[in-house]
Amino acid sequence: MKILGIEIILDKCTGCGLCVKVCPFAAVKILNKKAEIEANCTLCGSCLEVCKFDAIVIERPKLSDKNLSEYKNVWIFVEIRENELKKVSLELASKAREIADTLGEKVGAVILGEKAKHLCDEIAAYGVDIAYIVENKNLSEYNTSNYTGILTGLILKYKPNIVLFPATHLGRDLAPRVAASLEVGLTADCTGLSIKDGLLLQTRPAFGGNIMADIISPNVRPQMATTRPNVMKIQKPDHSRKAEIISIPIELDPKALKIIIKEVVKTTKAGVKSLDEADIIISGGRGMGSAENFKILEDLAKTINGVVGASRAAVDAGWRPRTNQVGQSGKTVSPKIYIACGISGKIQHQVGMKSSDTIIAINTDREAPIFDIADCGIIGDLNEIIPALNEELKKNLCKN
Amino acid sequence: MKLIACIKQVPDTTEVKVDPKTHTLIRDGVPSILNPYDQFAIEECVRIRDQIGDCSVSVLTMGPPQARSALMRCLALGADEAILISDKAFAGSDTWATAYTLSLAIKKIGFFDIVFCGQQAIDGDTAQVGPELAQQLGIPQVTYVEKIEIDNKNKLTINKQTEDGYQILEAKLPLLLTLLPPTSFQPEHPPMSSILKAKRKPFNIWDVETLGGDKSRFGLDGSFTQVIKTYTPPKRGECELIEDNPKEAAKKLSKILCKNEALTKR
Ligand SMILES: Cc1cc2nc3c(=O)[nH]c(=O)nc-3n(C[C@H](O)[C@H](O)[C@H](O)COP(=O)(O)OP(=O)(O)OC[C@H]3O[C@@H](n4cnc5c(N)ncnc54)[C@H](O)[C@@H]3O)c2cc1C
Repeated sequence: MKILGIEIILDKCTGCGLCVKVCPFAAVKILNKKAEIEANCTLCGSCLEVCKFDAIVIERPKLSDKNLSEYKNVWIFVEIRENELKKVSLELASKAREIADTLGEKVGAVILGEKAKHLCDEIAAYGVDIAYIVENKNLSEYNTSNYTGILTGLILKYKPNIVLFPATHLGRDLAPRVAASLEVGLTADCTGLSIKDGLLLQTRPAFGGNIMADIISPNVRPQMATTRPNVMKIQKPDHSRKAEIISIPIELDPKALKIIIKEVVKTTKAGVKSLDEADIIISGGRGMGSAENFKILEDLAKTINGVVGASRAAVDAGWRPRTNQVGQSGKTVSPKIYIACGISGKIQHQVGMKSSDTIIAINTDREAPIFDIADCGIIGDLNEIIPALNEELKKNLCKN
Repeated sequence: MKLIACIKQVPDTTEVKVDPKTHTLIRDGVPSILNPYDQFAIEECVRIRDQIGDCSVSVLTMGPPQARSALMRCLALGADEAILISDKAFAGSDTWATAYTLSLAIKKIGFFDIVFCGQQAIDGDTAQVGPELAQQLGIPQVTYVEKIEIDNKNKLTINKQTEDGYQILEAKLPLLLTLLPPTSFQPEHPPMSSILKAKRKPFNIWDVETLGGDKSRFGLDGSFTQVIKTYTPPKRGECELIEDNPKEAAKKLSKILCKNEALTKR
């Protein structure tokens, strides 16, 4: 059968079967030593990438003004962690709901994982209308090529108007790959999203947070963006909401993967909130002086239910694990309260925490750049101030 | 073997200031530097070349003629050959158009084993060009790379940073890597002898004609995203400075914190 948009060049095809292995939608068969494409092909392009003989040609339908309007609904990519929804997924669902209401469209959520059905009701409560579920044991750990192929295929099939990804390590690996495959624009690390003249208006910081840019992608669909965690507000869940569930059958051959995960090492403690999900972060820098001294931050964190972060200098010194690092080459956070202790606030650090609601700095140096962006600053020695603050807070919080 | 590094010249964002009156960026006098993430990528690239032996490093950038100095720095850091992809037609490229242009240049070079990129450039911080380039070249990628080892059978072992720690991956060539700077990374200044040597290394300039490809896909015309407005972020309120003895200071701060809803709504 001939499928519109994909062609096997028979002279070149050797029937090696690599495309069969890699096709997530099980849409390729080998017949008489040649590849054959079945009707459920989504044109996702996974086969194109592995074919060593350039024997596959894909031509996707060209977009024109006329068919831009065929693209409907606001999709989110749902990131999960240890079988639970990440907080950023709730933020995306809430934002997508708001945008979809403005447009009069539906919210779709794509969930990939070993098991995902149990998450549908929970994500539906935050405004999702349709959950696209892809379950497979080979999806338990994220890998770029499988995830890219599946997402590209689903987007080509269902034609969403907007697709939002979290600007996390995973989202920033996956989204550009999907965008390049679909040949659409992608705006990174948005801190604002709204609808203007029917288009997705994407707001993001640039130049180390010194300027903001408003960006649109008017001529292609879907309009895609990654969204900074902890910036978008989570709406009140409505647990009576139910989503329509669409299960997508999938076949994956782990042998087709060119990159293999040998070991997964976790340096964060179980049960401790991750930095990008915390409401309160207390970070220490070089001014902490030693690994042991971070104990005073841990104690304070316990009192106010916060999480401890660090500057790069403190991580480089070996005082804290890399997963604690806030900043350009670490994590971007935006908690309700960020307390910087013994951190000078160089631009690379600021980039990672500037969008926090309230910034508090404790530093001996009144010239430290951290005071330029702090809402409240204490000039003084953290070794004296932090323990005193902890005592005060314990007293005051007990009262309430 | 062939290693290719893609680099960018960027304004030194640590020097960027905002005009207090007009609230626009003051770009005059801001030095242009080699993106620090790319410098590390070049240093790793050169280290791996030296380990493998029979291997060369080509360094590419798409940029204005001034980007030459960033390439010269890469040559001084040990790259063997530089290619400046420069043409007015490339102006205004977004990440997709940039990746498209780079992919054409790499296809023109013809063969490669590893493409190195910095994790992100400090001006845009998008981290998108690397993965978009990998997709267009049809090769796998590893992002957030902290460490690379290569064995004598050309098998790569990679430490990839994750949000909870790291993964150890095994990868076959060819592939594209985007690199994070390692612990205590300080961009080195190459010695004078290397700077002089760099001047004798091959330096090519490629324009639209040399590259070929679909002209409608370059630069502003080929970009899917459009920046419609830039502005300075709303200024944060003034900093309330507390200067007092530690006990009093702690008391004052505690009062402020206790009013915050992150503490009241628990
Ligand atoms: C490519 C690149 C990427 C980078 N990425 C990041 C990143 O992701 N995150 C990051 O943080 N940095 C990053 N940096 C590094 C950044 O430029 C700074 O070097 C770093 O943030 C400095 O950390 P610090 O503020 O802890 O140390 P310092 O700059 O040394 O500041 C220490 C501060 O502690 C104060 N202090 C000392 N003793 C006391 C005391 N007893 N009480 C109170 N205050 C005290 C001092 O006054 C000083 O202000 C990056 C740099 C580069 C080149």
